[in-house]
Amino acid sequence: MTPPRERWSAIEIAFWIVPVVAYFALPTFRTFGSQVFVAGLFALSLDLILGYARIVSLGHAAFFGLGAYTAGLLAHHGFGEPLSGLAAGAVVAALAGAATSVLIVRGQDLTRLIVTLGVGLMLYEVANRAASITGGVDGLSEVPMWPIFGVFRFGLDGSTAYVYSLVVLFAVFVLMRRVVRSPFGLSLRGVREGERRMPAIGVSVTRKLVIVYTLGAAIAGIAGALLAQTTQFVGIDVLGFQRSADILIMLVVGGAGYLYGGIVGAAIFMILQDRLASLSAAYWQFWLGLLLVLLVLFARGGLIPLAEGLSRRLRDRRAKRGRGPQEAGGG
Amino acid sequence: MVELLAVENVTAGYGEARVLDDVSLALAEGESLALLGRNGAGKTTLLVTLMGLTRVFAGRVRFRGGDLARLARHRRAQAGIGWVPQERHVFPSLTVDEHLAAVARPGPWDAVRAYELFPRLEERRRNLGNQLSGGEQQMLAIARALVTNPRLLLLDEPMEGLAPILVQELLAAIRGLVAHGGLAVIIVEQHARLALGVTRSAIVLERGRVVHRGESAALAADSAALSRLVAVA
Repeated sequence: MTPPRERWSAIEIAFWIVPVVAYFALPTFRTFGSQVFVAGLFALSLDLILGYARIVSLGHAAFFGLGAYTAGLLAHHGFGEPLSGLAAGAVVAALAGAATSVLIVRGQDLTRLIVTLGVGLMLYEVANRAASITGGVDGLSEVPMWPIFGVFRFGLDGSTAYVYSLVVLFAVFVLMRRVVRSPFGLSLRGVREGERRMPAIGVSVTRKLVIVYTLGAAIAGIAGALLAQTTQFVGIDVLGFQRSADILIMLVVGGAGYLYGGIVGAAIFMILQDRLASLSAAYWQFWLGLLLVLLVLFARGGLIPLAEGLSRRLRDRRAKRGRGPQEAGGG
Repeated sequence: MVELLAVENVTAGYGEARVLDDVSLALAEGESLALLGRNGAGKTTLLVTLMGLTRVFAGRVRFRGGDLARLARHRRAQAGIGWVPQERHVFPSLTVDEHLAAVARPGPWDAVRAYELFPRLEERRRNLGNQLSGGEQQMLAIARALVTNPRLLLLDEPMEGLAPILVQELLAAIRGLVAHGGLAVIIVEQHARLALGVTRSAIVLERGRVVHRGESAALAADSAALSRLVAVA
């Protein structure tokens, strides 16, 4: 028997049908679409860390960049098999995550903010200096990818990239959905709500945080590898502070702690950026700033909880009307 | 009788303040103990000392033969101490089911058995922690401690603030636990008679010192001693 929270709701199923429909309805947006999925996956990885473990990070791009360079360098040096590239990106990022988690789990918010920022800046500078390996500021080009399963070639129209990114995003999402509903995920939520209470019921908070931080890093690595493979290029900005900040904004816009929040936020952020930036690059920042201020003032927690609240109110009102006025006050 | 817990000449408190003064007690596997005394006598301090939340100035606590002071807090719980704090510490956004799933460890106590003990809890299994009444939260806190499969259960004022009917329900459950639970229980209680009714032995603390120890039944029968040692309503 599956508990009810395991089952997929109609809204969830509809959510995943949208990108499938978009594939056919918007054939010219496939390349762009694959970028949205990469950002969504990256935001999902941050959600695990921020939404479920309350670890604030301003340097999450470190793991994204490590994954991107790992997959990019593998292909650059002649091994362009996509799936093993993803796996390698995940492993390298996970190792870095595990190593730096020791610095993260002990500190408080400000410490974590600065430590993650510092680690991110250091990695950026290393990639910049090691230009003979990474290509430095010029980026790493000549990243030829082999066809997926030896069959599906990465073409110019972005169809393969679109489907590939979507499948990877969905697969990781399903896995994460299981993780956050497992006893491990439940005890993480316990940590979130009362960190000091957990040891008394036999839960080591430190251990949970190390595991979740490592897992988040691994998924960020997959997202980075996915970007390198689908664009067949690795720019040094994969490690940049801007990327860490953007992904944090995407997650906050969508809502942290729901898994879907990051994906929704990434889609909205990138579509807005694309639309508004084509009007005027400066305007984009203006509207983004306005959106963030409004969100924090009127929709604390992001768009997902906002939508949840609205639909609940609507349902209540409908139920009230159905019951008639004399019963409405009861209960 | 196999020794489970031995508190040996413990002096403990918070910061510079000493709340417990040279307290000793022993508890065998499967035994039950009522820990009584007036407000501020040090009852709760004794429990949280077992959980490692106080500063121990002197003395030793042995649990299942090992020195408890060496264990980190989460290891104490893993070693077999189930603590049900007075504040209950229920998680607002986890359902009853999820509370149990999050902390369960293998052993005779699982969610099914916990729900047999508290049928009322099973009816609310899909409700969130913040949707439960005080009594239900208390049952959940006990059930959550049970599914970690402790050897020793610490109940800190479990009846506090509960409606009389819930007190009866909870007492019946605790009595069942003591009789067939396969674990030792220490109950801290303001209502001395309630605790004496479900335990075998009793200890009374006054200003951090043990001033009485004996059989629960004997103390319950001795009204004079009881009113002298603990203010009985």
